[in-house]
Amino acid sequence: MTVIVFIVFVGIVLAISAYTSRKSGGIGGFFVANNSIKWGVNGIAFAGSYLSVASFLGICGLIAFFGFDGFLYSIGFLAGWIIALFVIAEPMKRMGTFVFSDALDQRFKHRGIRLAAGISVLVVSLFYLVPQMVGAGVLIEPLLGISHFWGVIIVGSAVIIIVAIGGMTSTTYVQFFNGGLLLLFAAILTGLVLWRGINVNQQMAEEGDRNLGSYQFRDVPAEFRGEEVIMDLPGGQVIERYVEVDPNISEETLVFYQISRLIPAVGSGENYIVNLKGRSIQIDPNDLSPSSLALEEIDGETYLRIQDWWRLSPDEDGSVRLIETQFRSIRPDGSVIVNGLPESNENRMRQVGGISKIPEKFSGSTGPVGPLRLLGVVSDPKTLIRQPKSTSFTAGDGRQVTIFYEEPVKGSVFMRPGLLFPLEAKPGEPAATTLLNRLNFISLMLALFLGTAALPHILIRYFTVPDPDSARKSTIIAIIGIGLFYILTMYLGVGAVNSGALNPETSNMSAPLLARSFGEVLFAMISGIAFTTVLATVSGLIMAASGAVAHDLMGNIRQKKYSDEVKVRVGRLVTIVVGIIGIVLGIIFREMNVSFLVGWAFAVAASANLPSLVMMLFWKKTTAQGIISSILVGIFASVSLILISPDMWARYGLNPANAPMPINQPGIISIPLSFMVLVIVSLMTGKRDLQPEMEA
Amino acid sequence: MSQNRKSENNFAENRKSNIGVVLTIVYAVIYGGFVFLSVFYPSVMGMQTFFGLNLAIAYGLGLIIVAIILAMIYNQMVRIPKGVERPNNALKPDQGEGKK
Repeated sequence: MTVIVFIVFVGIVLAISAYTSRKSGGIGGFFVANNSIKWGVNGIAFAGSYLSVASFLGICGLIAFFGFDGFLYSIGFLAGWIIALFVIAEPMKRMGTFVFSDALDQRFKHRGIRLAAGISVLVVSLFYLVPQMVGAGVLIEPLLGISHFWGVIIVGSAVIIIVAIGGMTSTTYVQFFNGGLLLLFAAILTGLVLWRGINVNQQMAEEGDRNLGSYQFRDVPAEFRGEEVIMDLPGGQVIERYVEVDPNISEETLVFYQISRLIPAVGSGENYIVNLKGRSIQIDPNDLSPSSLALEEIDGETYLRIQDWWRLSPDEDGSVRLIETQFRSIRPDGSVIVNGLPESNENRMRQVGGISKIPEKFSGSTGPVGPLRLLGVVSDPKTLIRQPKSTSFTAGDGRQVTIFYEEPVKGSVFMRPGLLFPLEAKPGEPAATTLLNRLNFISLMLALFLGTAALPHILIRYFTVPDPDSARKSTIIAIIGIGLFYILTMYLGVGAVNSGALNPETSNMSAPLLARSFGEVLFAMISGIAFTTVLATVSGLIMAASGAVAHDLMGNIRQKKYSDEVKVRVGRLVTIVVGIIGIVLGIIFREMNVSFLVGWAFAVAASANLPSLVMMLFWKKTTAQGIISSILVGIFASVSLILISPDMWARYGLNPANAPMPINQPGIISIPLSFMVLVIVSLMTGKRDLQPEMEA
Repeated sequence: MSQNRKSENNFAENRKSNIGVVLTIVYAVIYGGFVFLSVFYPSVMGMQTFFGLNLAIAYGLGLIIVAIILAMIYNQMVRIPKGVERPNNALKPDQGEGKK
């Protein structure tokens, strides 16, 4: 089913690009679609190009896992379009022809500007391209059941075909198709979410199996007697204890016990069935692995002894309870244990999430609700939402254990800032930590606000329309479309947590799993849309890179003028090369979570491109040297601050607390720095360059 | 292009960009207020407002809706000097041809 729908989607996309590529001849056709794109089409294409998998599946997952903080990204991503509309759109179209350096350079005719702008486009495009390619593989793996490797290759080849043959015309219509699909699909899913309403402990079909309801994790009173645990499950013995301490306030926050216990096994000979977390799993007693597993006979009943992790929950009266968790444990020999038994098609992680309490007047279910009512119920202080959480550590014998548990959170806390970004000071936390957390957040929101209007794959869309009026109108369509989409995304995120449709191991699957809870058809559609979303964004990025090389870099490096024909040929060649680089990087970085690169791409774009664009338009004293140094300092400062940030320190395997740069988001330093450099250098070089302009 | 037309265009463009700058500042202030409240008074963001929505959601949805409204206001405001804009647009097709 999914595969058929997927093939239909690929077919449609290739048909669109084949049909539109006939108009892509000549330099105007290849790079800017002959300026022939209508503003309505361009507006939706903006949305299709801008809404990457990160904003589609990523934000939806963040909202499902962290509530309002996911929506903060939406707000920042949209706010940036205000700058695009009010400051960039019309001048960009008026002054530029093919690439954004045309606009920057119009007044100065300076070689260095083109070189610097070309480099910045390449850097930002690559920053943005890698997470898209990795995301393509990661998503296609579970959605279509093909490996990451082939997923990346399929997406990469499709993009290369579209872009190299059809140029900007085909890219535009693929983006338009994708933008329309995203809006339509999000609207349909939101309608279904509202129709389903908010229901306490919703029982949802999981993974296509309609009989497999959601699983209620157990919560049992327990008493510890030495190594023994008395609980209403048989045979409890403590194997190992893991305590997590918050380093900021040196306080024990989480306690987990690995407990050996007995679960009933039914069968005979080589064939026994046990029930693990609501799933029936077949085991062969002669071939049990790991070795700690064993069948035991007690009073004529057969049991399997397994080891699993429980979370300690102290009650107010001094007694304790144990709460069932899920876990994945990777043993030193590479074998993987999920929830106590080897991982298999039957034994997989259960979906989590859900709402365990809503205000009493609804008696457990709201029924179909209106859009405002739904958000009102979810954000009510009496509502309790089960937030998925996880913690990882290395256990005694070298096992890498990750425990997945749920934390009940009040609706009023879930739907306000603070779960993903730790903004509020915790009791006992050093003031410096609080300050840095807050600075990091402000820095991110600044980069999102200023970065959008400086993203190369957005800027090139302005050259595809016939006039500045169309540039403005298409930006307005983009704001309406993208704004609407982000509002819908909030419903998808909330709907996913309400439906218990969360994969505890990856938040990115929240929207697809929500779709699956409404039926396989929607799941198949969302897989197809995820694919076109990657295509639309990646083809825009590759077009931007191709334009930069053909118009900015080539002429500069060889110091000569090239004919239009050569530029188109080089442009096509560059799309193939960049496409292949994208495929290779997408495969190399498969194991890394690279979604953070998207946020950083905004920071680099905002630091490198925005100051020069804005100052060129509004400050008469700006000089070519000022622009060049601002771009180069912007790239250098933002990229090097990223390289010495705590996140990167952790990736190098060092202690993040020792990183030279205390926050992850560079924007708050690199953006003002880039502005400052522009002003200082312009003032220093001003007299020579500016004489003719002074008269105006 | 004649000197006269050029200065008329400049006038229209300057007026447009002034409106743009003012609206950008308006939006930046509203956006800044949102970031400020989120950072320093997250618990205020949890307060209930109308329709049972808390302030965070109301403000967040508001930011999206205000963006759409400001965009439309801008479109209405810059439409007025249409007569001045025409010649500017008429130039574009020639320019495009020339480049090909």
